[in-house]
Amino acid sequence: MLQLEKIGRRYPGVVALDGVDFSLDPGEVVGLIGENGAGKSTLMKILGGIIPPSEGTIRLDGVAHAALSVTEATRAGIAFVHQELEVFDNLDVAANVFIGREPCGFGPLRLIRTRELERRVQPLLDRLGADFGPRTPVADLSIAQRQMVEIAKALSIDARVIIMDEPTSSLTLSETDRLLRIIAELKASGVAVIYISHRLAEVKQCADRVVCLRDGRVAGELGRDAIEHAAMIRLMIGRDLRSLYIPPRTPPREEGCVIRDVVPAAMPEAHVSLTVRKGEILGLAGLVGAGRTSLARALFGVDPLRGGTIALHGTPVRIRSPREAIAHGLYLVPEDRKREGLVLNLPLTQNVTLPNLRAFARRLLVDRHAETACFTRERTRLGIRAADGSVPAVTLSGGNQQKIVLAKWLSMRPRMIIFDEPTRGIDVGAKEEIYRLMRDLADAGVTILMISSDMEEVLGVSDRIAVMHAGRVTGVLERPDFSELNVLRLAIGEAAEAA
Amino acid sequence: MAKKELGLLGLLVAVGAITGILNPRFLSAVNLLDMANLIGLFGIFSIGEGIVIITGGIDLSVGSMFAFLGVIFIDLLTNHGVPWPAAILLTVCAGIVLGVVQGLLVTRAKLQPFVVTLCGLLIYRGAARYYTEDSTMGFGYGDDYDWVGWLASGRSWGIPHSFILLIVVALVMWVVLHRSVFGRYLFAIGKNEEAARFSGIHTNAVVAGAYVISGGLAGLATVLLVFYTNSVSPSSFGNFYELYAIAAAVLGGCSLRGGEGSILGIVLGTALLQVLQNLVNILGIPSSLNFAVMGTVILVGALADRVLQQRRARAVARVGAPEVRPATPG
Repeated sequence: MLQLEKIGRRYPGVVALDGVDFSLDPGEVVGLIGENGAGKSTLMKILGGIIPPSEGTIRLDGVAHAALSVTEATRAGIAFVHQELEVFDNLDVAANVFIGREPCGFGPLRLIRTRELERRVQPLLDRLGADFGPRTPVADLSIAQRQMVEIAKALSIDARVIIMDEPTSSLTLSETDRLLRIIAELKASGVAVIYISHRLAEVKQCADRVVCLRDGRVAGELGRDAIEHAAMIRLMIGRDLRSLYIPPRTPPREEGCVIRDVVPAAMPEAHVSLTVRKGEILGLAGLVGAGRTSLARALFGVDPLRGGTIALHGTPVRIRSPREAIAHGLYLVPEDRKREGLVLNLPLTQNVTLPNLRAFARRLLVDRHAETACFTRERTRLGIRAADGSVPAVTLSGGNQQKIVLAKWLSMRPRMIIFDEPTRGIDVGAKEEIYRLMRDLADAGVTILMISSDMEEVLGVSDRIAVMHAGRVTGVLERPDFSELNVLRLAIGEAAEAA
Repeated sequence: MAKKELGLLGLLVAVGAITGILNPRFLSAVNLLDMANLIGLFGIFSIGEGIVIITGGIDLSVGSMFAFLGVIFIDLLTNHGVPWPAAILLTVCAGIVLGVVQGLLVTRAKLQPFVVTLCGLLIYRGAARYYTEDSTMGFGYGDDYDWVGWLASGRSWGIPHSFILLIVVALVMWVVLHRSVFGRYLFAIGKNEEAARFSGIHTNAVVAGAYVISGGLAGLATVLLVFYTNSVSPSSFGNFYELYAIAAAVLGGCSLRGGEGSILGIVLGTALLQVLQNLVNILGIPSSLNFAVMGTVILVGALADRVLQQRRARAVARVGAPEVRPATPG
């Protein structure tokens, strides 16, 4: 049905794609994997007609095209379900599904035929098993439901190919299952799906075939039976991934941060007591709404504390704002790196010195040489891949951006760092570097609390795992008791099994 | 009717009732009809402003447009002997042309709406003052314009024509905004212009269309305003009227970030502003406090809206669901 032949895409000085062959049959689910920057998005943009290839041929139903336009792609039934959902949350579901293609009357006003619109949207929602109607405002929908709206939109153009770019990155476990069921149904009705994901377990679950890109080339393909976690990783990075766990240099004993009966104002029903040891990485697992992020925000002083006490390295501290947290050496590496972690359009150097700018100032004037020196020092220490500190943070890859966030805090004197989803959206190689940095910090005596929803990460990186459920810590696991089952049981409020 | 509009209507009724109790003259037919006249005059161009605000833009030029177009209109009638229907048509068309120019500058030249229309505000005012050498233009003492004057500022069955025209404009614009493809696109673009473009919407044409509507309605309002005051002094005519329009739109639920608003809201917002002005007069509050009262009410409205929004966001955030993912084997 669809063949991409010898597709190349060059940008000045960069080869994004080089001689990529890719084919797709009706009703086939192809997992497209590869590290960030491997060329997945570029390839899909070419397929969707958003950018033209520099060379190669796109063969659609046997007809060769040098490039597709958005209209041609849409007409051929190629639809996107975007990573960052592009719904209009000021409109209702039906309006979103048919945006740009509203059934309407003639004449200068082109009135929308609301009833016809709803009549056409309802069956699409039924097919997806949606629990909302065409007139529901999108503002009231969860992310998973909004994604269904996008899939309904794809179905409404009789899509034959649906491209899903990291569709589960913000979905819960049950929502992910539902999405995978929907994919199975789409497949059964002859729709082909290109499934781009870093979550290899899902790829294994739903893909008939896996195509891996590396550095703009096809690194390899795996047939249905060959789709294994280790094989996929090998293709992505071209080598076997070492075990994630790096043991601490000396076993941590001392109390680092003692949290007692803390009630975050953002979640008054929560009641958290937890001890993090100095020099350990404590993984904090749990479900959405378990209160992990609320706890992090309360500790860092973003939201006020309604009750409880916090002691840091033996002394009680009172934190009412991020400013006070920073003064105590308690730092947060937030989940939403682009909004809360960085000022994206500021140069790297200024991002790094922002929380500690006073230290770089003589009287009231900022000493630019000192700033640059600081950036250069951190760049070497953290292995930040950037030519110089004057480029804006937005130009860096996810992994390097995260290192800038870290550099910000490391240039000061950290006693405790809270990492909230430290490697979300970061590719495999950079993940390892981040883990290594976390361990180095822990070994240097920093107390580390790592909130993570990635089970592989929680089990692989932590020295101990605390699990939260409904605003309380339901259990703390030592390494011998680490298992997915135990974490899950505690997360839903049951007791863990002994090892 | 959405909650926001219902709340605004409630506020309008409450303010009206309290004023009526304090001074029954507020509810007299004469006073109510005078207010209706002003609501009509201000409502028409406020709707145009609201349309622009829904796209995420702003039109600061309407007040100066009144001076500029008003001068053109009177000049056409009195000095060039143009028949009044043609003069009205030309004035509205001139407003549309200004809208086209501003729309093109915003969409083609990619200038910020604030900058484009701020320059419009300065240029139109300057042009009007230069052309008239800063002197007031009026109709003189002739009877020639009685009929058109009655049409623009008269009353039928006691109801001011400006108010009737507002109802007509509001109905038409309601259909355009809330029932037509164009209206749907205005909301979509206001929320997420990039996504709208990727949905195959000709975003530039739609955004430019909003400025054209604003210009056209400003042209229409010019004719009414000219006959309301019977003369145009180019340095003060229509001064600050763009701010009345923005205030009415914001009070009526339009978000300056775009993507939100409704015709009914804008009309109710206009009505509330006029009621407040009237209240200042009728309750004997020093008229110097006029703007302060308006500002306070808008501020309180914005605060109340903010509080309600936060409550809603908190209610949505409380819905929890499992987050732990299965580990990848191997």
